[in-house]
Amino acid sequence: MITLKSISHDYPGGHRIAFKDWQINRGDQWLLLGESGSGKTTLLHILTGILKPSAGEVVINGTSIYGLSSKALDQFRGRNIGIIFQRPHLIKSLSISDNLVLAQSFAGLPTDLDRVNEVLTSLGIADKKKAYPNELSQGQLQRVSIARAVINKPELVIADEPTSSLDDKNATAVLELLLQQSAINQATLVIATHDKRVKDAFTNTYELA
Amino acid sequence: MSPLKISWKSLWSKPLSSALNIMLIAFGTGILTILLLASTQISEKLDNNSKDIDLVVGAKGSPLQLILSSIYYIDFPTGNIPLKQAMELAHSPFVKRAVPLALGDNYNGTRIVGTDSNFVSLYKLKTAQGKFWQKDFEATIGATVAKSQNLKVGDTFFGAHGLSSSSDVHKNHPYVVSGVLTPQGNVTDNLILTNVASVWKMHDEHEDHEHKADEDHAGHDHKAHEGHEHETEDQSNDESRELTSLLIQYRSPMSVAMFPRLVNETTNMQAASPAQESTRLFSLIGVGVDTLQWFAILIMFIAAISVFVNLYNSLKERNYDLAIMRTLGASRTKLFLIIIAEGIMLTLAGTIIGILLGHLVLEFIGSNQESSQAQLTGFVLLYNEIYLFVAGLAIGIFAAIIPAIQAYKSNISKILAKN
Repeated sequence: MITLKSISHDYPGGHRIAFKDWQINRGDQWLLLGESGSGKTTLLHILTGILKPSAGEVVINGTSIYGLSSKALDQFRGRNIGIIFQRPHLIKSLSISDNLVLAQSFAGLPTDLDRVNEVLTSLGIADKKKAYPNELSQGQLQRVSIARAVINKPELVIADEPTSSLDDKNATAVLELLLQQSAINQATLVIATHDKRVKDAFTNTYELA
Repeated sequence: MSPLKISWKSLWSKPLSSALNIMLIAFGTGILTILLLASTQISEKLDNNSKDIDLVVGAKGSPLQLILSSIYYIDFPTGNIPLKQAMELAHSPFVKRAVPLALGDNYNGTRIVGTDSNFVSLYKLKTAQGKFWQKDFEATIGATVAKSQNLKVGDTFFGAHGLSSSSDVHKNHPYVVSGVLTPQGNVTDNLILTNVASVWKMHDEHEDHEHKADEDHAGHDHKAHEGHEHETEDQSNDESRELTSLLIQYRSPMSVAMFPRLVNETTNMQAASPAQESTRLFSLIGVGVDTLQWFAILIMFIAAISVFVNLYNSLKERNYDLAIMRTLGASRTKLFLIIIAEGIMLTLAGTIIGILLGHLVLEFIGSNQESSQAQLTGFVLLYNEIYLFVAGLAIGIFAAIIPAIQAYKSNISKILAKN
């Protein structure tokens, strides 16, 4: 269970934004809606522990994440939160398989190649295991970044505009994969988007004013 | 996956710029290695060859030339000195031991040195095979000579006039190899030793052929005089006999102040101190060594800047990569280590390659050297090389520290939001 309580953030220059409280139950699938500039990315960063809010707290499964030390927070994030970005950023110098192993090792988990195979297979890109990021198409890369987000079976999967740079066909595919993967891995899913194509699939929405 | 592996992979993903950095470091380190090895070996050889010789007495001229010709057997002798005067000096109370040297002949570029048993005790020589020369035209050869000229006990060879050319061969008297020395690690490895009389007679003979009617020597039948009679012959000719130089060992430290002045002021010979001249020689070489050293340090400095620029630029490109690593659970410290490790790997690889290269190049130079007297080798490890290693590490850390601190401090929320 994830709780956001009386969160607010001060932007440089004095502009202050307050977010309404949010409670996410385990296994829920949520949509975070808001226009550009409404603080969507800020809220996602606060939720994932990479931006400390000016006030309020974020509790994930009983842990108040901003009460952790910097190092402990990094590791907590590695283990419990999988993040998918608008554009799939993989480490160019590492193979697809190594990119996933990297996620395991940064989270402080032992290397588990069976798990790597399992995730890649379920996303239909097991044959690209040994390839390097620059050899893959945009759609394939987005799949790898989904694989990387779920490799450690996180509590929470967060996707920031995962479909905005994709065409209709790929957008539907990616959305389906996200829903499917979060279900397989029993993870809570939060998708931040302004993409109308995504809306219909969700019942829970958190809207930013 | 350890930070080391990540750094390693990252370096391999840009092989050209990594190779450039490694090359720069390797050149700098290589030059420093060569300088270190060569100057150590040269000064060791200088010391080793002159270690028990306090003074050299020879004909007037350049003292450095006298030292070079009489101790290192490199330059030409300054001239000759009268045997009689030399012997007076040798019997001076200041002198513990005086070693006569008669130079002037060579065999295939190897110098033939006429001397006596004092030379053997001065250099503490031992024979590996055979024995020391006893009769005229017997020769004891250095270990390297035996190997390079392929001579063994019982072999004969002809000396040639001069110090290096083999055009004017003394065909009348072959030398017989009576013994081979054990390797000494100094200049005696490259010499052919015989008695002074052999060198004299070789030249008497030589002159005989040139001036058949020469009054002084025409009457001597050398074959008849060989053996017991040659002593008297030497003495009878003392007036005209000459030596090249005299190596002197002092009897007491007091001689240092008195003896050189005695030689320089009361005779028409000169005294030269090996210690002084070696220092002078080395200070001359030192200018070149210093220049090269600064050059190498400059290259290392450029290499350090190049590694820095490489890491700094790649950091700009990799900002996002590093932010992603943070979101995957990598701590700030880990990113710091990854960048530092890249710098260290580059410079360490460069240093190791440079040291190896330096050794190989010096060995190559040594094996192609013409003068075997000061042969250099690359197959020695010096303790000082550890400083090159440390310098390499330091440059790596120095070049990587600023990028690494930036990676440590980077605000990942800002970087991620920018995209």
